[in-house]
Amino acid sequence: MLRHLDEELKELHKDILRMAVFAQESIFKSVESLQSRDQGLAQEVIDNDNNIDELELVIDEKCIDLIARYQPMAGDLRYITTGMKINAELERIADIALDISQKSLELMKKPLLKPLVDIPKLSQVAQDMVRQAIDAFVKRDAHLARQVVLADSEADRLRNLVQDELINEYLARDPKTADRAVALLLIARYLERICDHTTNIAEDVIYMVEAKVVKHHPEELK
Amino acid sequence: MADIKVSNLNLWYGDFQALINVNAYFTQKQITAMIGPSGCGKSTLLRVFNRMNDLIEGVRVSGEVLIDTQNIISEETDLVSLRKKVGMVFQRPNPFPLSIYENIAFGQRVHAEGLTKFKLDEIVRDSLQSVLLWDELKDKLNKSALTLSLEQKQRLCIARLIAVKPDILLMDEPCSTLDPQGTSRIEELMRELKNNYTIIIVTHNMQQAARVSDETGFMLLGELVEFGKTQDIFTNPKDKRTEDYITGRYG
Repeated sequence: MLRHLDEELKELHKDILRMAVFAQESIFKSVESLQSRDQGLAQEVIDNDNNIDELELVIDEKCIDLIARYQPMAGDLRYITTGMKINAELERIADIALDISQKSLELMKKPLLKPLVDIPKLSQVAQDMVRQAIDAFVKRDAHLARQVVLADSEADRLRNLVQDELINEYLARDPKTADRAVALLLIARYLERICDHTTNIAEDVIYMVEAKVVKHHPEELK
Repeated sequence: MADIKVSNLNLWYGDFQALINVNAYFTQKQITAMIGPSGCGKSTLLRVFNRMNDLIEGVRVSGEVLIDTQNIISEETDLVSLRKKVGMVFQRPNPFPLSIYENIAFGQRVHAEGLTKFKLDEIVRDSLQSVLLWDELKDKLNKSALTLSLEQKQRLCIARLIAVKPDILLMDEPCSTLDPQGTSRIEELMRELKNNYTIIIVTHNMQQAARVSDETGFMLLGELVEFGKTQDIFTNPKDKRTEDYITGRYG
């Protein structure tokens, strides 16, 4: 039996996917702007942030409205509460992409410190994780969501590699590189934070599908 | 106070089987809600616990329903003392066409003859106090109970049960005729009462079941499909039929 609530949930789903697309575009453009030193791309991320913030409010309002009007239960309730949480995580991810874009703009004004090797890899991990987390949400696939959670350790490893290289090869040897090295350090840190937020999304998806709380309960991941 | 243990309970109205192999445990000091579509057997199950189904011709029951250690569906059960122990609140409040005082005192006259006026006054006061009606009605005890509001009548009916000191309170849609405020006050009362009684409520109002109960049972076509902690039933039902019903997909 198709319910009126189903129609409204479909609309909510579309909005959350739009939010996911915005967040994914922001990550891609921010890192691309860094690699290709493309000011326009970085600026696009900054300019689009308002739209993302507005969409976040729209989604939140829709979720609250659905809870108030339908008093959803069981799977519906888990879907809507998860939608609210994913919405907040995606907005935060987009904010971090904006931070990356700002650092990218700063770096463009200075000579290249070094060819970027591990940051693009870390960026790829982050983008893959976001894509898979959203896939898991769309397909209600808890198995895929678990893989996303487990992938977070690769992000930590790459962030440590970048950090070690920048500290030991640049900051320690030549303090004049500090401003650029610190900016790259922060970018690595931002990308790793994106992965953390994506892990939260994946954990929320597992709750939505299986009603299991894996957040702070790693044993539940098995 | 008493738990209720239901084992392999079957009930037929003539050829129609209304309860099919029901197994459940109703715990004291808890509110258990029974939910399910009309005709699923939830009211029938409730009426097993005080043998109200005996009033219907052609009823046949098998299995076991233990209250304390007594199987109350056995033929030897003394129905008067069972119904004293297991009181029932109905959909529409049904006060007797007597004074407020006499409504409460009535049960005492049946179950405990020869009480002094002083003792009876005390029971009336205590019973009305426990349903939070005493302050409102203490100066109108001789007025007809039929002059009360619906919610007051329902409280009075609960007070009338409490007066005979039951262990178990059965409530069959106790708020269905009340407005939202009356409903919320009866729900508050249920929460107050649950510390002293085993309460089982049958309700069509899922939100009410979710709000007031500690455990919930979902029935469908005479079967108890799922029984568990209310939070689990409403956030993560194990059976798809429960999920379909509580999310409005059933039917």
